[in-house]
Amino acid sequence: MKINRRNFLSYGTALVLGGAAGSMLTPAPWKLMDDLAIWTQNWPWTPVPEDGPVSYKPSVCTLCPGGCGINVRLTGGRPVKIEGLRDYPVNNGSLCPMGFAGLQYLYNPARVISPLKREGKRGEGKWTPVSWDEAIAAVTQKLADLRAAGRPESVACITGSDHGAMDAFVSRFMTAYGSPNYIRSATAMDAMEQAIDLTQGQQGTPVFDIENADFILSFGAGLLEGWGSAGRMLNLFGNQKSAKKLIQIEPRLSDTAARATQWIAIHPGAEGALALGLAHVIIKESLYNKYFVDNFAFGFSDWVDETGRAREGFATWVKAYGPEKVSGLTGITPEKIMSLARDFAHAGKPIAISGRGNDDLPGSMDETLAIHFLNALVGNINKTGGVSALPETDYAKWPEINIDETASKGLQQARIDGAGGDEFPNTRFLINRLPGILLAAGESPIQALLVTDANPLYALADAENTKKAFDRIPFIVSFASFMDETAAFADYILPNHTHLERLQVVPATAGVARQIIGLAKPVVKPVYDTRHIGDTFINMAGALGGFVAQAFPWKNYEAFLTESMGNQWEELNQKGRIEIDHSLPDPMAFAFNTTSAKFEFYPTARSTKRQAGDSALPTFTPVPIEGDPNRFKLTLIPYDAMRLAGGDIANVPFLTKILDDTVLKKQTGFVEINPATAKKLGFKEGDSAKLATPKGEAMVRVHLFEGIMPDVIAMPRGLGHTAYSDYLSGKGTNVNALMGSVEDPTSGLDMAWGIRASLTRA
Amino acid sequence: MKEKHSNTPAKRYGMIIDLDKCTGCGACMVGCYAENNIPFKPDETNKLDSINWIRVFKLTNHKPYPETEICYLPMPCMQCDGVGKHGHSPCVSVCPAVATDYNYDTGIISQIYTRCFGCRYCMAACPYHARKFNWWDPVWPADMEKYLSPNVSPRMRGVVEKCSFCFHRYQLAREKAYMEKRTDLAEGEYQTACADACPTKAITFGDLNNKDHAVYKLKNSPNAFRLLERLETNPKVYYLTTKKWVRKAGDNYLAHEEPETLKTRIKEHH
Repeated sequence: MKINRRNFLSYGTALVLGGAAGSMLTPAPWKLMDDLAIWTQNWPWTPVPEDGPVSYKPSVCTLCPGGCGINVRLTGGRPVKIEGLRDYPVNNGSLCPMGFAGLQYLYNPARVISPLKREGKRGEGKWTPVSWDEAIAAVTQKLADLRAAGRPESVACITGSDHGAMDAFVSRFMTAYGSPNYIRSATAMDAMEQAIDLTQGQQGTPVFDIENADFILSFGAGLLEGWGSAGRMLNLFGNQKSAKKLIQIEPRLSDTAARATQWIAIHPGAEGALALGLAHVIIKESLYNKYFVDNFAFGFSDWVDETGRAREGFATWVKAYGPEKVSGLTGITPEKIMSLARDFAHAGKPIAISGRGNDDLPGSMDETLAIHFLNALVGNINKTGGVSALPETDYAKWPEINIDETASKGLQQARIDGAGGDEFPNTRFLINRLPGILLAAGESPIQALLVTDANPLYALADAENTKKAFDRIPFIVSFASFMDETAAFADYILPNHTHLERLQVVPATAGVARQIIGLAKPVVKPVYDTRHIGDTFINMAGALGGFVAQAFPWKNYEAFLTESMGNQWEELNQKGRIEIDHSLPDPMAFAFNTTSAKFEFYPTARSTKRQAGDSALPTFTPVPIEGDPNRFKLTLIPYDAMRLAGGDIANVPFLTKILDDTVLKKQTGFVEINPATAKKLGFKEGDSAKLATPKGEAMVRVHLFEGIMPDVIAMPRGLGHTAYSDYLSGKGTNVNALMGSVEDPTSGLDMAWGIRASLTRA
Repeated sequence: MKEKHSNTPAKRYGMIIDLDKCTGCGACMVGCYAENNIPFKPDETNKLDSINWIRVFKLTNHKPYPETEICYLPMPCMQCDGVGKHGHSPCVSVCPAVATDYNYDTGIISQIYTRCFGCRYCMAACPYHARKFNWWDPVWPADMEKYLSPNVSPRMRGVVEKCSFCFHRYQLAREKAYMEKRTDLAEGEYQTACADACPTKAITFGDLNNKDHAVYKLKNSPNAFRLLERLETNPKVYYLTTKKWVRKAGDNYLAHEEPETLKTRIKEHH
């Protein structure tokens, strides 16, 4: 066929029309369009979580010592959500954000997923994964060598807590091995524990029966910011039936102060003066509990010691702390001091609580005693709704321990940190003194260091100095689950399971008025090549042989637990907890184990060697805060926040995500500053600034907050990590690193509450 | 689209948040993240692109030290009933894809990710900034994918998401009730993850239409208020406070305006 114009047009038109009609009729374009739509919604990279039958596994959270009950929801055996365990006696279903974020500890980019051996320089981050056998052989070889050289005492162990079964297990290892240097991280309870020991002669965990108290006088304790067991405290606050009066005394409007019945702003560091001032009013106006003071107290009135010397009683002693004087020291009006004293004394069940923040820093012994004396003045000692001590219950039965000559010699050596020694006879652990001691010695007195559940390279003051000090230790072994600062500095890491993978017996924490022993059961099989720290210690003991191995005759940690708990194991395993009522010493006359067999307002057992004057009575001497006030015109105080894990455990992504953008912005942390101070220094909200203290410098931003005292600046604990993963490392500033440590003259504990600082334009 | 196919009376699920009880701990946020597979990035400090279904704001009365007070204010999606409570919430009214809709059985505003094409009209319309856009695909590092819950689909880049009042929990509770041949749910059977998580019990959740539920009484408390009430969006999230300055922070009041007197002018449609 010849193609001419006519043909072309007619056939062409038919073709186009036919084609159009055909393509309209065929499903192909519709199908393609549909496919395209589906394709745009086809996200193969978006995970489709696997479904399965839902089950719940109750357990106990061991992320902090709080010991809250948790209920883990599993889908097809996979843990997907952590919730509070409703009827658990510690927290009754309440949980802190860290507890809720628990699964991000199980799966975390900072987890150490197999034993590691250091390659390259310390802290450089070069590691070789090694087998468990190799790692344990290397560590025990070092420990065996030191024993063979007759120096078992040169092995030290730093732990995060000292009152769980696992802590006792580690302590037993140290005893069998022959070293007295079992060192626990510092807590505010250290000072309180010692105050109870000195005045009441009772050793044990301090109990604050807040459940049954009705008037809480808190000298800066972060009661709603992670203090003690966070789940317990939040649950108590939310329980309307037990409405209490809470008076919060601190220089910063914290979240606890904001929720308190009354916030009393005080000059930082003057808490001890206020306590003595309140005691003055209570005694002067005769508002104290005369029955208790007359019958069960010693050193209240003037007395004569065995040498015939006349001694001042506490009642005379506090005459020096009249409201006018105390007002000058604290910045609180005399009227307010008097009315506070009256309110406290007139309350049904008043309780005074010492220790700033969420109990990571011990504080001054004088201050702690002065505050504890308020409890004694109202007679609220060893009573329901009062303060008492919970003796360490021996719920675990241990087989007899035999030690060899090497160990016996080692155990007779003085502790490296000086605790319990000549200078500080009343103190058990003094981790804050380690850096100074390590740096001062010719050869490091610690030749090998074991670190479990603690992160001293982050938590101790003056990070730079601490790092230098720890670098003098030739051999550091970390048992951390995460690559924390101390693990990153170690020679070997023998990673522990995380809290959801390991079996643990967990006693309730300080403050709780009952002995509650919980069982943390693994809710999931170990995800990585980690090992229960108890098993690791059994392995190490076995490899050391001899008496050390004999002290650990168990196949594994579970065998130890079932055996040592005896017939209690059954109940514990079934119910998930054992509750033992805290029997208060009764009658009161036999309660005190002091020299005078009474509550001692004059603590005769208190070492006064380094105390100015030789009285054991608490005085108010301002803590010498480091720094030249002319150069450093501001005062920096650290604070604890619920959304920041500040201690031995660090934030996971969910926790960092809930931080306000006035706490952290990109990689920079904020300092809180009063608008008046900011104006004086020429800062506006969000401005960059250089923060300097005698211990170091950091780039920060300023956040204007009316709730912070003028000329005082505050920074949260928990930021400024250098280790862990991209989700935390390098964010903000570690306030501990900028702080200095001040030794308490009688306890040796760190009593620094702040440091002088300056803020300058960046 | 008005659907009525339930044989039980329609519910209006709502929430009462007692601001005097909120300590600002953030457990509601983390509980929500874990429940709803909320993604996270290494840097979450730009709150404009940080995905939260509930966010706790910190309010200050800005009085000088030491007269300062602070108050925490948790903000989920307000689940607005809209003017006249007909379900015309600001977001539902503007969505061109019916990706967000008002459920007349529960009063809950849905968000259907596979329908959403990311125009973000709803975000512009929402006066509470309750809606968040996925600028990136989610990344769960280090095996974290293993903890994701199958009850809520993980979202993808390019869609808007928001608080659903944990609608999946409602569905699960309904299924359970159905299996047990019940037509109605008990008060505690369906609770949101944030209400469950709140350690001080500041959040109460339930059916605002049901006289037996705690929320019914609480919403009529003299201390109750809602955010931006004068817009008549009719939120189903109520707040309780005894503090006047907090009450005043709930809307753009002029200096001389008193929330209490204005409140009576806003007609409650029952």
